[in-house]
Amino acid sequence: MATAAITAERENYLNQEYGIKSWLLTVDHKRIALLYLLSITFFFFIGGFFALLIRLELLTPAGDLVQADTYNKLFTMHGQVMVFFFLIPSIPAVLGNFLVPLMIGAKDLAFPRINLLSWYLYIIAGVLMLHCMLTGGVDTGWTFYTPFSTAFSNTKVIEAGLAIFISGFSSILTGLNFVVTIHRMRAPGMTWDRLPLFIWAHYATSIIQLLGTPVIAVTLVLVVLERALHLGIFDPTRGGDPLLFQHLFWFYSHPAVYIMILPSMGVVTEIIPCFSRKRIFGYKFVALSSISIAVFGFLVWAHHMFVAGISLYAALIFSALSYLVAVPSAIKVFNWTATMYKGSITFSTPMLYAFGFVGLFTMGGLTGLFLAALGIDVHVTDTYFVVAHFHYIMVGGALMGYLGGMHFWWPKISGRMYPESLGRLAALIVFLGFNLTFFPQFILGYLGMPRRYWQYPPEFQVLNVLSTAGATVLAVGYLLPMVYFLWSMRYGKVAPDNPWGASGLEWMTTSPPPTFNFDKPPVVTWEAYDYEHIPAPQEARSGG
Amino acid sequence: MADSPIAVEHHNPALKHHFADMEQQRQASSLGMWLFLATEIMFFGGMFCAYLIYRLWYFPDFAAASNSLDITLGTVNTAVLICSSLTVVMAVRAAQLGKRQQQVIYLALTLVLGLAFLGVKAVEWTSKFKEHHIPGPTFNFEGSNPSHPDQPVDQHHAQIFFSLYFAMTGMHALHMIIGVGIFSYLLYYAWKGKYTPEYHTPLENSGLYWHFVDIVWIYLFPLLYLIDRKK
Repeated sequence: MATAAITAERENYLNQEYGIKSWLLTVDHKRIALLYLLSITFFFFIGGFFALLIRLELLTPAGDLVQADTYNKLFTMHGQVMVFFFLIPSIPAVLGNFLVPLMIGAKDLAFPRINLLSWYLYIIAGVLMLHCMLTGGVDTGWTFYTPFSTAFSNTKVIEAGLAIFISGFSSILTGLNFVVTIHRMRAPGMTWDRLPLFIWAHYATSIIQLLGTPVIAVTLVLVVLERALHLGIFDPTRGGDPLLFQHLFWFYSHPAVYIMILPSMGVVTEIIPCFSRKRIFGYKFVALSSISIAVFGFLVWAHHMFVAGISLYAALIFSALSYLVAVPSAIKVFNWTATMYKGSITFSTPMLYAFGFVGLFTMGGLTGLFLAALGIDVHVTDTYFVVAHFHYIMVGGALMGYLGGMHFWWPKISGRMYPESLGRLAALIVFLGFNLTFFPQFILGYLGMPRRYWQYPPEFQVLNVLSTAGATVLAVGYLLPMVYFLWSMRYGKVAPDNPWGASGLEWMTTSPPPTFNFDKPPVVTWEAYDYEHIPAPQEARSGG
Repeated sequence: MADSPIAVEHHNPALKHHFADMEQQRQASSLGMWLFLATEIMFFGGMFCAYLIYRLWYFPDFAAASNSLDITLGTVNTAVLICSSLTVVMAVRAAQLGKRQQQVIYLALTLVLGLAFLGVKAVEWTSKFKEHHIPGPTFNFEGSNPSHPDQPVDQHHAQIFFSLYFAMTGMHALHMIIGVGIFSYLLYYAWKGKYTPEYHTPLENSGLYWHFVDIVWIYLFPLLYLIDRKK
């Protein structure tokens, strides 16, 4: 049946119109998702380039490849590009944009033109950031701590601040669009407790984007004003308070971690039931844990400031609240494993990434508990332990989920299959390379190697060499999918409508979907993850 | 696969293709606007938070600096803004009743009041500039605290008051300028007769925005102008 539809080369969102104008002026959420895909991939490789330079410098104890000033700029721009221009938009703006309307049975997002506007804002911000990097860069660390950023740094703080300010608006508009779409555009029968958990995760993410991002926006405005017009709000020599900056900054930037990880959790929650051929265990708990992560996420920001001089009582409360976030996170991990229990598991590429996610996220999360404990935090603050911890969350977690999602939905997005064996190989390389890069950093940090230094005592060299070697392996693991995804667009096997035998409305339309998503507006009469009633495909089972 | 194309009846030319009906479209726009206003609350919230902390720390200096603001102009501006919110409501009402001429008049009045507010604000800022109350190297504050006239005022702390004053009123004025832009657009299309009792969502949502900016001022006025006033 599927092949018959394909030989006719039926009309879809990709071939309906051609030409650069049909892309740059599109209001189709699927095309905008692809515009985002191209742009965030570009920034991912820029951020990755900085990371490789950092790792190369740290290959030897002496500062030989770059000097301190350049090194400061490298880790600053690595952080800013990866956080604001890759991780935050990654899953929401690419997979979320593509899938939210499809999964709820809508023709488009509620505000298609605002969706396009958000991409243009992202591009304006990106161009500004590129200009800033090419004409000198920034050296404040991605955190812009005052008074260094406002009074002392001689680099382009204002330009970087404005770039991130603008990219924040892009993020707000995406979140706003999702919340309205999920509330108002669901197909008949798509009740809240039939929503795919990917949607719940994006709903929670969007709430953080809406309520958190404006706070970093105003904080950056104040930093820019203070630097440009000499206000004194964050300047301790004039009665201002640098701690206030840190509070405002982390009020957004801690929840921002959940902007990065929640969508990944949503992806994994789609992949695991599909390749275990089982209904998700504890649907309501998984859904509500997303919401409670979003809520608790707003109450823990000061755990970034335990050694900054906040009161002991405040620190105690923030420490206790930080432990609380572990509860909904653990609920998710337990429910994923319970879903796999006695499932009929296939080790296909997306599932390998999902396995990687669950393992690495658990390690990242548990080391987060070390850092939430006041005593241990004092010992490892500003060491590589912290660096390893958040890379386990952001790279081992968020990025693994993103890659898993890209593989899972690539047949739907492109209409083509990627080579399965290469996919599995890449997933394995990413997993090994990741652990080789970041596990030694836990040890380095625990032994006392501070972050953000361009040189280090010789006894740390072995672990640093391992880490650098891991980074090159990781780079191969990231380049490989890019190559075979591009290859598959031309030479890949044509994808059937539902290659994985997955549940969800997005698999009930053609691959790739038509411009308005469904030939007939869908009506939902079944529960989510109804795997008892969906046959597993033979192809995915035999593997490649 | 589908045999027939989807039959969508366009009752209203303003109905976008991806909505089922006008009601769904209106509700989506309205929810979108309220969410946007929530982000605005968080945006101003950051500055209100900074204000609150410094006001608690440096109360006498904040009182002194606040007393140097022109309370007459501030009060007039508050009245002007409240009146402009009234004219916005009247314009929306006129659209609901399908009275185009009234709609245009009330929108024009709103614009006049909005511009009047910005004019008064410009006068106030100019006088601050002349008095060296702009934060920076030339900052100099010579006022005194109404409750403790004998105590000297800390220059740094007064400067923080004016930093916040300019940041907050500046951001508010920026929102007013954007509002004036939006209402000029609305005025043009209202004059063209675009907004009918069936479709006037842009007018309603822009009205929400205008009221929000108005409410921000209603908080800014007492917080900035009315600290420890004796007369």
